[in-house]
Amino acid sequence: MPVMLSPPHAHGGDSIRMTMLTVILALLPATAISVYLFGWLAVLLIVTCMGTALLTEALCLKWMKRPLSTLLDNSAALTGLFLALTLPAAVPWWMAVLASVFAIVLGKQIYGGLGYNIFNPALSARIILLISFPLHMTTWIMPMSAVEPALNLYDFSLCLSFFLVGPDALKVGFDAISMASPLGYVKTEATLGVPVSEALNAYNYSYLNAFLGFEAGSIGETSALALLIGGIFLLARHTITWHIPFSYIATVLLLAGLFNALYPEQFTPPLFHLFAGGLILCAFFMATDPVSSPVTPLGQIVFGIGCGVLTWSIRSFGGYPEGAMFAVLLMNCAVPLIDHYFRPRVYGYKSGGRS
Amino acid sequence: MPAMLRKLAQRLGMLQHSFAGGVHPEMFKVTAGLPIEVAPIAPVHILPMKQHIGEACSPLVKVGDRVLRGQKIAKSEGYLSVPVHAPTSGRVVRIEEHAIPHPSGMGLPCIFVESDGLDEVDESLEPMADWREINPAILRERVRMCGLAGLGGAVFPTFIKLIQDKRFPIETLVLNGIECEPWLTNDHRMMLENPDDILSGMAIVMHMVGAKSGIIAIEDNKPDAATAMREALSRASDMENVRVVVLPTRYPQGSEKQLIYSLTGKEVAAGRLPMHIGVVCQNVGTSKAVHDAVMLGRTLTERLVTVSGDACDNPATMSVRLGMPVRTLFAQRGLDDLSGLHLLHGGPMMGERLKNVDVPVIKSTTGLLAMSNATMQQAHTEEQPCIRCGHCSEACPVHLVPNLLADACRSDQFDKAENYHLFDCIECGSCSYVCPSNIPLVHYFRYGKGQIAQTRREQIFAEASRKRSEARDARIEAEKAEKAARRSRVRQEHAPVKTGETVEPEAKDATQEKS
Ligand code: SF4
Ligand code: SF4
Repeated sequence: MPVMLSPPHAHGGDSIRMTMLTVILALLPATAISVYLFGWLAVLLIVTCMGTALLTEALCLKWMKRPLSTLLDNSAALTGLFLALTLPAAVPWWMAVLASVFAIVLGKQIYGGLGYNIFNPALSARIILLISFPLHMTTWIMPMSAVEPALNLYDFSLCLSFFLVGPDALKVGFDAISMASPLGYVKTEATLGVPVSEALNAYNYSYLNAFLGFEAGSIGETSALALLIGGIFLLARHTITWHIPFSYIATVLLLAGLFNALYPEQFTPPLFHLFAGGLILCAFFMATDPVSSPVTPLGQIVFGIGCGVLTWSIRSFGGYPEGAMFAVLLMNCAVPLIDHYFRPRVYGYKSGGRS
Repeated sequence: MPAMLRKLAQRLGMLQHSFAGGVHPEMFKVTAGLPIEVAPIAPVHILPMKQHIGEACSPLVKVGDRVLRGQKIAKSEGYLSVPVHAPTSGRVVRIEEHAIPHPSGMGLPCIFVESDGLDEVDESLEPMADWREINPAILRERVRMCGLAGLGGAVFPTFIKLIQDKRFPIETLVLNGIECEPWLTNDHRMMLENPDDILSGMAIVMHMVGAKSGIIAIEDNKPDAATAMREALSRASDMENVRVVVLPTRYPQGSEKQLIYSLTGKEVAAGRLPMHIGVVCQNVGTSKAVHDAVMLGRTLTERLVTVSGDACDNPATMSVRLGMPVRTLFAQRGLDDLSGLHLLHGGPMMGERLKNVDVPVIKSTTGLLAMSNATMQQAHTEEQPCIRCGHCSEACPVHLVPNLLADACRSDQFDKAENYHLFDCIECGSCSYVCPSNIPLVHYFRYGKGQIAQTRREQIFAEASRKRSEARDARIEAEKAEKAARRSRVRQEHAPVKTGETVEPEAKDATQEKS
């Protein structure tokens, strides 16, 4: 029996382990679709990332002489899954391993373990990778193995050799199997002065496809539908609240809508922003990561708006086609400030804090 | 569907008649359907000299004195204090320090009354059936001398809240029948079994404070109590301005300020009292006690206690004479062997663990719960790091940010903690209840409050002794200066040629500072 026995002598039964497990469950639809779209490549990637994350966490715990039972809090498994879902199907195994080690060591353990990290571990690892290996990280494979026969996603041995050795094993180069993501394509065209509508036409962009997931992208972020199902599950289970996803997505839609209405040929339409890239994944799963987001409802709204503004700005004006992950990471830095300045009005006090 | 919509609206904080925050602990009201049982009189009753918030009393009796039930045996010493009365007739056998229900396990002087089995009543107090004709100040004195303190658990002396102040006219009397703590069923049973007495007490209180209207607030998990009170209302004469309001069940709905907000949408400003916005709250049990004091001339010698808990197979809501040893009361419910159990004084959310079972039932004893080891272990599992999920902020009815506050307290950053409104925390425990990391947040808040109070006491002490020593220095200075001045005057008289010399300025300063 622990010594500290101050009230309350009742507990709601919530636990870290259940919270993390709930998020993992919420990611299942997206995981299933990623396997459907990218076949064995997705399976290999997810297994590698989760396995490495758990192993790394175990080693860290052992080294710091902490109980190995901490592994059961499911946070490392979740980080592994998160990371896998943000990676393109085409990354080689060593990059997945490297990213998982980064996520656990640099993203979490150097700060003191779960609860102390400033950044979302999976996102920081993913960004390190993006900056270090820009080519690999922006090489997308068409879902549903449209690039046959170079890569048959249903063939385990083919996928395994691709994963282990890279495209060379198939005697093809990156160019032969890669394709641009919608965000990347429009961005490149825009730099050449091609208007948005023409670029979208040339890409053969379809909103329905994007919503269901049949567009190029990281394995877990392509299907808006699957992610929305998971997000609603999290909201229903009260694991997350509406504040961050709502304010985040609303801000992006508002900004995109406004600028698209004013300058339709320079700025992409709001729905394109919603379905392309990792907006929904970030809004429901990454930005809501409890550890690295603000604690108060008001702070969470501010955080969401900040993420929205940054995402839209980076996508519209920045050097990278995708801004969602950078936006969340940047806003993570501001969390201590937000927590300090956006506390709710305490009962019995006027908004200025006077009584 | 409407219920779901209302829940949704509440969660979004859109309904005015509901405070933001709070939790839904499992209620375990196992004694709700059982009639109140009367506990027998114990061989010896132990009456602590302080059973309320405020100053302790001092004994009026000596060892060997015979006392009657209801007789005053200890008088209040300060303003914020109410007397203590003998719970039954018998003899005073001891007056000495004894353990009382308090988290620190501290002791207080207690009067031990040995029962003579006759239970003879002291009838010296006349009933005041014509209270409508009586000046509120006199009724208030009656309430005070009958020893009434809030029976909802906070035990604030009742008479203090019954003042009429011209500057703050009271609009509404709120009768609190919320009883939001799990397990406890005193108010519930009281409303079912004595609704007329409760209403009678309510009418008296409304007369005393000059309230124009009354609200009886009941949570929606006690529909039968609401019905009973409504029926009693329809029987009562001239209580048309009183209504029953049923509020959604949510802890801590029964907390005074949260209740006022739920009912009126008004907040009591920090540092002020409900009366400043025209509201007075009383617990239903207290209201019944007011009725007994005024209509029957009865002092406070008994109260309802829920004896329950998951380790108690034979729970009951009991009417218990004050001073009854807890051990005896548990034995009444078949719990002779208390080893291996955890005993709680009060409900599980705000109640304290009893370290000693020889303590008596006092005016603040709302419940005595026997909990199994397994249940307590589940409630107090090992603390894990805060994952900043924000559930605690969401649950806090005062709108604090508990995790930041606890951080500040734990790292002894007390300025920061005060800046985060540490002293506005009502220690309701909602935050700890929802925390997935099982962080004992309330424990840290108490630690912080304790440390700050300690520092303040020390500061006041240091300030006082600094003032004393300064005054002493000044006095010595002044005396010295006085002497010097006298000397120089003497010199002056002997040397009349000198010009422009005055009394040294320091001497003046020193005397001024002293005054
Ligand atoms: S509920 Fe517990 S884990 Fe969550 S923010 Fe509050 S203290 Fe931290
Ligand atoms: S114990 Fe204090 S901080 Fe925690 S919920 Fe209650 S009032 Fe808020």
